[in-house]
Amino acid sequence: MKRSKIMELGVGLFMLAGILGMIFLGLRVSGLTLTSPGNTFTLEANFSNIGGLKPRAQVTMAGVTVGRISSIELDTDWYDARVVMELDGKLEDRLSRDTTAAILTSGLLGEQYVGLSVGGDPETLADGDTIRDTQSALVLEELIQQFVSNMVSD
Amino acid sequence: MMRQISALGRRGCDLLEAMGRAGLFLAQSSVGVPSREGLYLWLRQVHFIGVLSLAIVLVSGLFIGMVLALQGYTILVDFGAEQALGQMVALSLLRELSPVVAALLFAGRAGSALTAEIGLMKATEQLTSMEMIGVDPLRRVVAPRLWAGFVALPLLTVGFSVVGIYGGYLVGVEWLGVFDGSFWGNMQSSVDFVGDVGNGMLKSLVFAVVVTWIAVFQGYDLIPTSEGISRATTRTVVYSSLAVLGLDFVLTAVMFGGLS
Repeated sequence: MKRSKIMELGVGLFMLAGILGMIFLGLRVSGLTLTSPGNTFTLEANFSNIGGLKPRAQVTMAGVTVGRISSIELDTDWYDARVVMELDGKLEDRLSRDTTAAILTSGLLGEQYVGLSVGGDPETLADGDTIRDTQSALVLEELIQQFVSNMVSD
Repeated sequence: MMRQISALGRRGCDLLEAMGRAGLFLAQSSVGVPSREGLYLWLRQVHFIGVLSLAIVLVSGLFIGMVLALQGYTILVDFGAEQALGQMVALSLLRELSPVVAALLFAGRAGSALTAEIGLMKATEQLTSMEMIGVDPLRRVVAPRLWAGFVALPLLTVGFSVVGIYGGYLVGVEWLGVFDGSFWGNMQSSVDFVGDVGNGMLKSLVFAVVVTWIAVFQGYDLIPTSEGISRATTRTVVYSSLAVLGLDFVLTAVMFGGLS
């Protein structure tokens, strides 16, 4: 009887370890957060070229992650890309209306992300607003083309 | 000529018959309401094939994680991208290595033991005696082992992943000096809980069903001699390894290959 108690304890610990492992994989490895989805607000931004930007990419401000991209679609009115961002609810009504969004690259081979920087307008952006002032991703071919045409005109 | 063709046909019929027997066997033994005593039998099997396999699985996981980090670092540092080490270690473990290597180790450590145990029961006519006294060996002997396998291997796979990622952290961050924040940060931004962790666990569940099924069926279906037991044990390890590797390709193609 005593031996079976030890065995039951072993099985219990084993299963507990499995559950704890799943929690570790969820929180620490895949970065799930337990914050409620109501704690965010969305902003939109239109870019003429998004390069390699993907949904779930980071949105940063001064290098600090403040949100992520929830969807990217083609805006058929203007034929540019409409990027929908989900930002931390603490920033709602605190970003000035002339905030700029730029698509940046982390490192030489890193992923692309959106960087926001605030302006000086006293008016602020609310949930669902669109950022007007945007800067597209750098596309290598365009850069080379520019470089070559500058060389020719010199 | 005719004889060869009919021999081929006999092989085909035997194969189909064995597969049919195995399918019926799985269906008959895995259904049924577990009793209080059945739960106890199940617990004992989880202890034997799960808890006692923990040591080999965790040690292998630690070393595989460490080797991944070491190999990945020497390649990534050439591109100046050693910050991506965390995501490389985590993704390759979660999607591929943990389910497959844990299933292979499980087949060697637990599957062969299951086959030998049930095979010896059959060879010493314990299974027949059970039927004589009115106990169904499928429910008494086979079902607890099947269900224990279905539960134990996914749990072992979780342990493998966790220990492997920790091993990668030890080598990458503590030894080779990758920045701590980018190791975890890149990992968190690239690993998706449902897409990567969830699909890895689904793979592991499929492997658990296949490996345990093969092991228990080989034990139940063997020729009851000492040679038969040795052959069945070998077949368990060979068949389940091949099945795991083959199924892994199919599952990977469906889950991550863009087929849907």
